[in-house]
Amino acid sequence: MGQLAAFIILSVVTLVAAVVVVASQNIVRSALSLIPTLLGIAGIYILLQAEYVAGIQVLIYAGAITVLILFVIMLTEHGTGARFRQVNEQVLPGTIAVAVLAALLMAVFFGTAWPRPAGALPQYSATAIGVTFLTNAILVFVVTSFVLLIALMGAIVIARRER
Amino acid sequence: MTLGLTHFLVLSTLLFCLGLFAMLTRRNAVAILMGVELMLNAANINLVAFNKYVAPGALNGQVFALVVITLAACEAGVGLALVMSAYRNLETVHVDEINVMKW
Repeated sequence: MGQLAAFIILSVVTLVAAVVVVASQNIVRSALSLIPTLLGIAGIYILLQAEYVAGIQVLIYAGAITVLILFVIMLTEHGTGARFRQVNEQVLPGTIAVAVLAALLMAVFFGTAWPRPAGALPQYSATAIGVTFLTNAILVFVVTSFVLLIALMGAIVIARRER
Repeated sequence: MTLGLTHFLVLSTLLFCLGLFAMLTRRNAVAILMGVELMLNAANINLVAFNKYVAPGALNGQVFALVVITLAACEAGVGLALVMSAYRNLETVHVDEINVMKW
């Protein structure tokens, strides 16, 4: 019961902030309300016994990516962008498409009988995640590091001023 | 009524649809990137929830969620660099005005 209450509170925080992200006319306000969205999702991870993922979520998403987005807004839009029209002409078709997709996905989720296998997650997951990364998922780990390096170099090359 | 898998799936569906709506309707490229971040977070919630409720024997879902977070950071870095480059060359970040390749 306590878990359900925590889930409802976290979902309300996440979804309200996400609606502000999507609908706000002021782009700085939508970037800032990305932070409560991502922190609410970190709380959802803690509820799902994924403490390590929650910590990484706070560090990378709520810390780094939001700051990066705010920097780019300040460098490009010269302020809040409130004097520009922020939405295009696709609002009505977009709403219909998104509503249809949501109804379809909900129908699938409520209509499927998910299996309930026995077993439990380890009590503290960080050690097990490290072991998985260095044994079964070693290829994923190496390729991800390589992609990170390439993205770093690519971002520098793209954003550099041409001479 | 106890907390189950369906609760998390409904939450992630709503988040995904909000992100998709931002992608479809926003003009500002940075706002579109924020929509992409919302969609990636929805996928991450699904991965972690399925790991807990459907396959609790291993931690593959959490491992994949961490990989997705890493790749989202890459995507944000490269995407925002592209926005900066487009702003420098075309002096706009509105994607419906970036049409120099349209004949």
